[in-house]
Amino acid sequence: MNGSVAGQAAGATGEFAGRQRRQRLLDLGFKSLTQASATLVLACMAGILLSLLVRSWPSLQRFGAGFLWSSQWDPVTEEFGAAAAIFGSIVSTVIAMALAVPLGLAIALFLVELAPRPVSRLVSYAIELLAAIPSIIYGMWGLFVFAPFMGSHIEPALQSWLGFLPLFRGPPIGIGMLSAGVILALMILPFVSAVMRDVFGMVPAVLKEAAYGMGSTTWEVTRKVTVPFAVQGLVGAGFLGLARAIGETMAVTFVIGNSQSISASLFAPANTIPSTLANEFTEATTPLYLSALVELGLVLFLITFLIQLAAQFWLGRLARGRR
Amino acid sequence: MKRRSRELRKLKDLLVKLCSMGAALTGIVFLFWILSEVAIRGGSALNWALVTETPPPPGGTGGGVAPAILGTVYMMALGALLGVPPGLLTGVYLSEFARGNRFGAIVRFMINMMMGVPSIIMGLFVYAVLVLTLGHFSGYAGGVALALLILPIVARTTEDMLALVPNTLRESALALGAARWRVTIGVVFRSAQSGLLTGVLLAVARVSGETAPLLFTSLNSPYWPQSLNQPTANLTTTIFNFAMSPYHSWQATAWGASLLITAAVLLVTILTRLMLQGSKR
Repeated sequence: MNGSVAGQAAGATGEFAGRQRRQRLLDLGFKSLTQASATLVLACMAGILLSLLVRSWPSLQRFGAGFLWSSQWDPVTEEFGAAAAIFGSIVSTVIAMALAVPLGLAIALFLVELAPRPVSRLVSYAIELLAAIPSIIYGMWGLFVFAPFMGSHIEPALQSWLGFLPLFRGPPIGIGMLSAGVILALMILPFVSAVMRDVFGMVPAVLKEAAYGMGSTTWEVTRKVTVPFAVQGLVGAGFLGLARAIGETMAVTFVIGNSQSISASLFAPANTIPSTLANEFTEATTPLYLSALVELGLVLFLITFLIQLAAQFWLGRLARGRR
Repeated sequence: MKRRSRELRKLKDLLVKLCSMGAALTGIVFLFWILSEVAIRGGSALNWALVTETPPPPGGTGGGVAPAILGTVYMMALGALLGVPPGLLTGVYLSEFARGNRFGAIVRFMINMMMGVPSIIMGLFVYAVLVLTLGHFSGYAGGVALALLILPIVARTTEDMLALVPNTLRESALALGAARWRVTIGVVFRSAQSGLLTGVLLAVARVSGETAPLLFTSLNSPYWPQSLNQPTANLTTTIFNFAMSPYHSWQATAWGASLLITAAVLLVTILTRLMLQGSKR
């Protein structure tokens, strides 16, 4: 009798041990599976860099570093240089940032400091919807609605006031760098203002209340307490907006006019790196042409990677500083 | 300290307040401007043929974008199938196994970087790896490109959502003798359920409006998608091609398709937001 009880107990522990071993094995499998997925992310990023490097190799060899500052882009003679596309990317992004950052700042200020809570929530909601609209819709609206509007109202007005600047010369046709920049601004505005709103929200209420208690106006509190406290986060938000703007494809492709030229006028048609890819990729017939386009992609990848790196580093330092 | 007159300070304050209100108003005005144009122009192109028929020939009238709708649905399904599971698992790894470890920090960093990769670069990557290797454009390539965009978004929201689950829940389940994988799936996942679902839905909604990654992976096609192993029709590339064409009938069709995709994306976005708010209460 005694023996059988001991036997049962031994059987039970054996079974228990067996189950435990099985669970431990399953656990190990589960953990490895999640780890493998995580490794996949790293593999993707490495794969992007590697595949772009490999496919752009013929162009890299042929044009060398001169690719970056030659403004020749001629599929017929097979002379390729990225200067016009890089120039277009930079200028359209600068326009977008110049409009979106102040506007985003003002919206964030409105949401956090001024609006009563229900209004703030409603406006936040509207801004988020603006972010949810697919970029191709911005393109459609830009091509058929906004560019004609720019061409018939805004650009002539700019020309009559500021026409002495070379920036605002040339025929105001609506399709060109300026429209592309404005639409880009509109696209990154929701993103920039949402991040800035969150950054403002992180400022401790005690600090603001202390300033209000001393009789400061809302603007004084903002300028002397909120902004200085949040300035690093605001810069980070700017970086993130910048990375988005420079990689945006469809909205720009519709309105920028697809012209590989560098012009002083903001009214002139131009091209950015992504819009060149979108417009010309399926037309690239020779291996060298294709390879030059992939190299453009590589340049874009590296630019956005560096901007993101700066933003992450900056925001990471900020988070550590807070802790 | 210099004293300034009260009126001046108040005036300045008022001015800034007005500017900031104006900025908020500008955002809303543009939202309504875009949405109303899409609704009006798209609405006038909306008819039964748009969602049931194949596209008209160049310059021809009538017809629709039915193959493109189907192709988009197929490729999104493939993209979600390939992108969501590794995204979820990566999120689990970061939240459950890699808190405070070095490899986890690198992965977390790279996920943020991957979210910042322009979508057209994802298309280019898939073109270089899949399209050139297989020798032709295909719906599979399109699906893979979409999956690459979905993956980091899902990973990031999963980590955030799982981090909200209190540690005491995990500890009590572990103390009862449950294995790690059971705790994760049975307890942690379950309590983060609605957050995970909204994260996935929002990621899918956001990516379904993408055009750039499809331009040189799935390309486009006027025919019904027979198999994903060939160029596959899809809504966004169709809009791009038709809008850039000189034919008014095609442009009208592009507006109709724009309305369809905007409505779908916004509907999913709004519904998931409402769901999230409902579950928070």
